[in-house]
Amino acid sequence: MFGNLFKKKRFVFEDEGMMVLNMDQAAGRYHEEAMKKLEIESYQGDEMVVNMGPQHPSTHGVLRLELVIDGEIVKKTTPHLGYLHRNFEKHAENTTYNEVIPYCDRLDYLASMNQDLGYALAVEKLMGLSELPEKVEYMRVLTCELNRIASHLVAVGTFGLDIGAFTPFLWAFRDREKILDLLEWLSGARMLYNYIWVGGLARDIPDGWLAKTREFVDYFEPKMVEFNKVLTTNHIFIERTADIGVLPPEMAVSYGCTGPVLRGSGVKWDLRKNEPFSYYDKLDFDIPVGKGEFGPLGSVLDRYLVRIAEINESVKIIRQALDAIEPFVEQDVQAAIPKKIRPAAGSEAYVRSETPRGELGFLVRSDGSDVPFRVKGRSPCFHNISVVDDISRGGMIADLVLIIGSLDIVLGCVDR
Amino acid sequence: MTPEQIHEKLSEKFGEDIIALKGEELDPFIQVNPARIFEIADYLHTSPSLKFTSLMCLSGMDYGVDSEPSLGVVYSLHSMERGHKLTLRVDLPRENPQLPSVETIWHTADWHEREAFDLFGIVFAGHRDLRRILCPDDWEGYPLRKDYVVQEFYHGVRVPYQEDWRKYETLEKNTERGHYVFKFESKVPHLVEPAENGNGDTKKAGE
Repeated sequence: MFGNLFKKKRFVFEDEGMMVLNMDQAAGRYHEEAMKKLEIESYQGDEMVVNMGPQHPSTHGVLRLELVIDGEIVKKTTPHLGYLHRNFEKHAENTTYNEVIPYCDRLDYLASMNQDLGYALAVEKLMGLSELPEKVEYMRVLTCELNRIASHLVAVGTFGLDIGAFTPFLWAFRDREKILDLLEWLSGARMLYNYIWVGGLARDIPDGWLAKTREFVDYFEPKMVEFNKVLTTNHIFIERTADIGVLPPEMAVSYGCTGPVLRGSGVKWDLRKNEPFSYYDKLDFDIPVGKGEFGPLGSVLDRYLVRIAEINESVKIIRQALDAIEPFVEQDVQAAIPKKIRPAAGSEAYVRSETPRGELGFLVRSDGSDVPFRVKGRSPCFHNISVVDDISRGGMIADLVLIIGSLDIVLGCVDR
Repeated sequence: MTPEQIHEKLSEKFGEDIIALKGEELDPFIQVNPARIFEIADYLHTSPSLKFTSLMCLSGMDYGVDSEPSLGVVYSLHSMERGHKLTLRVDLPRENPQLPSVETIWHTADWHEREAFDLFGIVFAGHRDLRRILCPDDWEGYPLRKDYVVQEFYHGVRVPYQEDWRKYETLEKNTERGHYVFKFESKVPHLVEPAENGNGDTKKAGE
């Protein structure tokens, strides 16, 4: 069904001039020529099974891929998960509603604020809490967008590192550290914040935090221009990434891919716009989608470009939220926090929100006590990595490294 | 389309197999017969007026050892084109829970069904690759069941982390919620003294 999409790699054979072959044909041609040279009668093909990971740095964590390869060409990829499995859902059944939030932090540890918000929204829906103070809502948007930038900086930085671009990686981490400093000042922790609570926030805004955030945004925007100059618009980078790992939109929807992976395939779908939560409907921003300018639509490059564009959109949102929060800074962020969290027995809700990696859903069921009866976490990375077999088949092993980088998985989120 | 309209459409087509509609819940759901879930899901996916192209989430459920129903599966569906949502629920018995797989309709269901099999022991008939996904292949028991007790050893390594390594003394049944929990104490666990071992030899407990 999607076979023609893999026919982009060009192979040159001297006798026939330039011709376009797909990977399998090209591999066959190489083998035929080798056989002629070595005077071998018949060729059976020798496929080999190789493990990639779980300790390999290019798998971005403890992911093991079992590859069937023929020379350099990947024939089949089987992901093996669970190396970081600690059954968050069982933990959640043994702790009170508020105590689940630190476990949520550890799902996707690069974007903890967004995970906390997803869980808080689910419990708030069960509790029927809809009206929160404006200050709380704007702070949620602010912290989530700061965290989104930090998370995307890791994604694009390590993506460059995967193909050997070292400088942008260091630049990305330098700026990410400034965001982490801001969030640490706010919540007391560098990565695992436990800041967004059900019905409110853990702490009030420290004096001068808003001004420092504005300062950071002013500093950060020119830095992104620099970053784009050195990596995004680099000719070698574009040539390397523009026609590999093609994910067609129908396949992305069927596999449940969300976030930049889905938008990279040209589907304009973002829960911040399509199903607004918190105060995202009061803010003005665009949804960047992949356009396939340099190659087929849905390539590795398209997903990367979507992340870069999203960073700029997040900066826009932060500026608006900083202006909008000004009249409400005197409010109490803990005013709406419920004293007791005991949703009605038998009530159940599936609530989803947009994290940097896509749609995060929590299905929470209550039995009337102060402990959740069942919490199911639907993690975006779990779905995004499930396409890896289909989109890496027929490509090179070196391309597979880029494909994993472009899917931007966090194994804490995949394995839960 | 509202859940009521969808329920009407489904009832026309499948009759008795659509058991009930609960429209007043937070997420309105339709209870269906587990044996017909494949046909119902296929209809929801292909019917031009419904077009449920994405399965947001598939969750296994354990409602408790003694409760009726005991196990279940929840399908959260969404249509990107039509913009409507629906939740399907099926109930399953505790002994030999089995229902048809919907993995060929939505690719999302592939790994989700493997997860429900792994953690709840629900068997999805017709799934082409039903293996454990998060736990190791040779793990015993289904961790998210309410009556799950963790195995004592895994490849010679003691699994429960507890103060006393000799017995499950700290294991308690939570009577209200019907599952087992470990009582954690604040002391750091230490190896048992050789003298306490009974024989006075240097063998450590559990070997």
